[in-house]
Amino acid sequence: MTEETMLALDGVTLAFGPKLIQRDISLEVRRGSIFAIMGGSGCGKSTLLKSMIGLLRPTTGRFSVQGEDYWAATPARRDVINHRFGVLFQSGALWSSMTLGENVALPMQMLTQLAPDTIRRMVELKLGFVGLSEAIDLMPSEISGGMRKRAGLARALSLDPDILFFDEPSAGLDPITSARLDDLILNLRDGLGATIVIVSHELPSLFRIADAGIFLDARSKTPIAHGSPAQLRDHCTDPQVHAFMTREREQGDNNP
Amino acid sequence: MPPTATPLSSHPASYRLEGQSVVLAGDWRASDPALPVLEEGAFHSLRPGTPLTFDSTGLGTWDSGLVAFLWDIKRAAEAADTALDTAGLPPSASRLLGLLPDRRADPPAGPKPQPNPLARLGAATIDSLTETGIVATLGAQTLRGGVLALTGRGRMRWADILANTTDAGPRALLIVGVVNFLLGGILAFVGAVQLEKFAAGIYVASLVGIAMVREMAAVMTAIIMAGRTGGAYAARIATMLGNEEIDALGVFGIPVSSYLVLPSVLALTVTMPFLYLYGCLIGMLGGFTVAIMMLDITARGYLHFTVSAFGIGQFIFGLTKSIVFGAFIGLTSCRIGLKAGRSAADVGVAATRAVVVGIVGVIAIDALFAVIADVIGI
Ligand SMILES: Nc1ncnc2c1ncn2[C@@H]1O[C@H](COP(=O)(O)OP(=O)(O)OP(=O)(O)O)[C@@H](O)[C@H]1O
Ligand SMILES: [Mg+2]
Repeated sequence: MTEETMLALDGVTLAFGPKLIQRDISLEVRRGSIFAIMGGSGCGKSTLLKSMIGLLRPTTGRFSVQGEDYWAATPARRDVINHRFGVLFQSGALWSSMTLGENVALPMQMLTQLAPDTIRRMVELKLGFVGLSEAIDLMPSEISGGMRKRAGLARALSLDPDILFFDEPSAGLDPITSARLDDLILNLRDGLGATIVIVSHELPSLFRIADAGIFLDARSKTPIAHGSPAQLRDHCTDPQVHAFMTREREQGDNNP
Repeated sequence: MPPTATPLSSHPASYRLEGQSVVLAGDWRASDPALPVLEEGAFHSLRPGTPLTFDSTGLGTWDSGLVAFLWDIKRAAEAADTALDTAGLPPSASRLLGLLPDRRADPPAGPKPQPNPLARLGAATIDSLTETGIVATLGAQTLRGGVLALTGRGRMRWADILANTTDAGPRALLIVGVVNFLLGGILAFVGAVQLEKFAAGIYVASLVGIAMVREMAAVMTAIIMAGRTGGAYAARIATMLGNEEIDALGVFGIPVSSYLVLPSVLALTVTMPFLYLYGCLIGMLGGFTVAIMMLDITARGYLHFTVSAFGIGQFIFGLTKSIVFGAFIGLTSCRIGLKAGRSAADVGVAATRAVVVGIVGVIAIDALFAVIADVIGI
């Protein structure tokens, strides 16, 4: 393991009670990398993400953040580590009784000593990044699905975390907004040196931004390929991965 | 836990204006409360036409704190008609800056003017009339759905009814029992203290019997059910509304009245009479226990006076009330859930409102029944 490894999973098995989701996951996310989690629907991508933000304890294996064993740490220490995480949930998970502005402001109000004016400015900035400056005073129920996604992303950026987790950030966005979001993700990485773990099905966006990744298989319930999306597309021989990366139907899959 | 204090940088952030150039220095971290802000009118001395440049050679680490400052500059420059030349900035900072709009979002419209009291009264009256109409319509639709289902021409899922009925019935037995037992005991206690003065202690039995059968068992049980089940119905439906589950039902053309409201109302109207009878019995048992302990009377005597205190008419009166209460609680709590807002807080509001409306409504209806009973002489 090098100095630059931010997140590492070693032989991790994920399960909900008796229900096995994925086993034997080993991966390393380097600092400043954009790491893609890929795989078919329902294979356990969100579950893997959940385990990397401390919401699901692996049944076996080790998860470490910059070399520190996450689950061996005390709860207080885990809180400190969690403050480095910014998370966009698949469903947005905005707090429904607050406006978008308040959603982005809450972590700053609770966890920093910034003055209200500064917080307001930072909120405008974060919402400005995702193109939602106009929507600052709207409630989550008053905005579109894609806007909810973007607002969730702005909230994930609230504390300027250095490790970001995005669960399908561009699902439900038009191509232009989606490309803008890719720019944002790249610039967050380049400018702020953030490390980004992303779950996505959007192949063009994956090819453009991700530089490492893992491919989970739903049938064998284990990862079947490691590498950046472009590498997997060009060099991976596994038929399932190949089919996914080239949007072909798998051979032997005769369903219409 | 105290907020994590980021170690203050050894190079505090600073900026200065040198001619047409902004010189940035130090570490610009958003978590630093002492981050400089752009002074009002800092750009008065700028020459319009020549672009504003940046010098970031002294810049240390930075994050969105710097970008926020640059955004202020961008907007101020826009207002002063000066172009920006971002070549001197770190490339990703200038690209992040590029994602941001040039102008501040329009301030939100101020609060709407309050209409005058007369208009508000009128609006409230119309609203409450509309609401009554809606509840009545919902009730009629539910009734129609029920009749159709019973005659086999409509759809109703027995599994829902069963689940609702179990929850409203057997699971409520304990709390209904405890409350009515204590109530019967309290009535007997209060009655015994007074009646003993006239050596009429045995009439405690009649007092408890008639009070439970006519009023208390029905009203108390209804109040418990309003708090327990009515609140739960409203919260459940309000949550479904927030998740667009109600919309999904509507798109399929599944009527809310027969899928959601009917099982709820039916469960309450079916279980309430049983709970009422059970409440009567337990209440009398409570009265009996207290009376036997406090007074010098026999169990047989108590039983005799209890039975002769009320006729079958009183029972039917109480039973009717409990059915009406059940339907009322079911209908109003579903309606309140259906018109809730879509946030988590709205679910709480709906649950509270359902409980309040349920309790106040039950007592108001009870008063109405008392008047009717007086007129027809029960
Ligand atoms: N809380 C839970 N309890 C039990 N099983 C769960 C739970 N959450 C998810 N699962 C199961 O875990 C599996 C993986 O779910 P997950 O949400 O991780 O899929 P995914 O790869 O993110 O899919 P998608 O691309 O559709 O979002 C699914 O089979 C799902 O049924
Ligand atoms: Mg998922």
